[in-house]
Amino acid sequence: MLCDNCGENEAILHLTKIENNQLVSSHLCESCAAKEGLEPAVGSANLPLTDFLSQLGRSGESGGGPCAYCGLKLEDFKKSGRLGCSHCFVTFEGHLKPLLRRLHGGSQHIGKVYLPPNPSIAEREERLAGLRRKLDRAVESEDFERAAQIRDMIRSLEGAVQ
Amino acid sequence: MMDVTSLADFGLGWLDASGPNSDIVLSTRVRLARNLQGHAFSPRIRDNEREQIFEQVRAAAEQHSALQGGISFHLSSLNTLSRRVLHERHLISRELSGGTGGETPARGAGLILGPRDTLGVMVNEEDHLRLQALLSGLRLDDAYAAVDALDEELGERLPFAYHQEFGYLTSCPTNVGTGLRASVLVHLPALVLTKEIGRVLQGISNIGLTFRGLYGEGSEVVGNFFQISNQTTLAKTEEDLLEHLAKTVNQVIGYEQQARQVLLRDAPAVIDDKIWRAYGLLRYARSLTFEEVMSLLSGVRLGVSLNLLKGLRVYTLNKIMIYAQTAHLEQAAGRALTEAEGDLHRATYVRRLLTAEGDVAPEEGNPGRSGGAK
Repeated sequence: MLCDNCGENEAILHLTKIENNQLVSSHLCESCAAKEGLEPAVGSANLPLTDFLSQLGRSGESGGGPCAYCGLKLEDFKKSGRLGCSHCFVTFEGHLKPLLRRLHGGSQHIGKVYLPPNPSIAEREERLAGLRRKLDRAVESEDFERAAQIRDMIRSLEGAVQ
Repeated sequence: MMDVTSLADFGLGWLDASGPNSDIVLSTRVRLARNLQGHAFSPRIRDNEREQIFEQVRAAAEQHSALQGGISFHLSSLNTLSRRVLHERHLISRELSGGTGGETPARGAGLILGPRDTLGVMVNEEDHLRLQALLSGLRLDDAYAAVDALDEELGERLPFAYHQEFGYLTSCPTNVGTGLRASVLVHLPALVLTKEIGRVLQGISNIGLTFRGLYGEGSEVVGNFFQISNQTTLAKTEEDLLEHLAKTVNQVIGYEQQARQVLLRDAPAVIDDKIWRAYGLLRYARSLTFEEVMSLLSGVRLGVSLNLLKGLRVYTLNKIMIYAQTAHLEQAAGRALTEAEGDLHRATYVRRLLTAEGDVAPEEGNPGRSGGAK
């Protein structure tokens, strides 16, 4: 069954709702469902990775690689469940995002922000924002020792930005 | 080179049972998966690149205070038995040990371990780096603090593969984001005996956590030991992942303690008999399989924890868990053992350790105490 919205991809989300006392069914593909803000339940993250992988690639043929850097094809990924290199994340982004959302309940990293060797100003700012989030969290949980450590890290980084 | 695995208790600092709740929680492990920019992930790169990565990581790790004075080596330079011993000590994965097939791991796969052996880095397994801290008892915050500090320092010297949206990039999509996997190894005999364990495990999987057997992914549950760990790694902060796991583990400990009280209240004679039978078999049997040892140890550990068996240290029970495994017995014997020989060696080893602990006493009339116990 094709997606009601774009009419191109296979529908994976089947929604039934009541609108004006009428039962309305809609069938959406992964990306249209995401646009509507609908995400599959996080509880489904307990299914093994292979179940998700077997569904990969059905929702469209674009972005099937191969990865220009390591040569990995989408088929290889479906078989092994392993990506070949960091460039694969860009090459297969369209396939990965829905997979990551299903595995983790979201695709945006909100944890520790990496500060690479010789960072750019933007990378420092990004890191500072991450540290401030951690600081708030440490203060909230009354972990003042940790808060003091984070404050020191923020100060030394702020000094470097100016 | 030196035979690292023959050093006494190498990599086994957590055995001492010094951590909080160590009668129920054996160990806490936190690992971070990291990869280097500019290289394909370990399974897809050339041997010489892998070796180059190992040297890079070793040079960077040597500058970290907690790793100075430790050891590092290529796994391909060890023989099969030594690798199996390291796997039995939970220091390397099954893949890097070469499994039972004894395949030599790819060149460049290695292990870096600090002198206090609670902190280490596995190099060129599925990811270029797996930073790992292993502590006794329930100590999630301490274990994370140790790997986090190491991660900070290594990250200043090595360019990690990182993406604004996806976070730290890993070979398997189940590790991406924080790259953090925290596992707590718990002993839940009373929940198994009262048949409540199914509900508890179902509950765990319903809230984004997962459970495994003693040796991690795909391994069987033996001796009522369960590894509880976070399932997701992305879209949550490290602190949230750890807090969620800690809360759940504390709840599970509470359930286990309740179940123990129920057993003591409703079936004290049955429990007492079960514990003493387990001890008797371990102390006097002449041939034991590893599964049997683990199942009997579970009963004895419960007895020690409930104070029904006095004079036995949890450390000794932990030690048996490690040293009564096949590769450890073969190493002690200095040769390969058939299955039947292994069972004999195992029983001898267990008997020797328990005999050295001296007589254990039941609660009443403990002869080891002046005035007797109440």
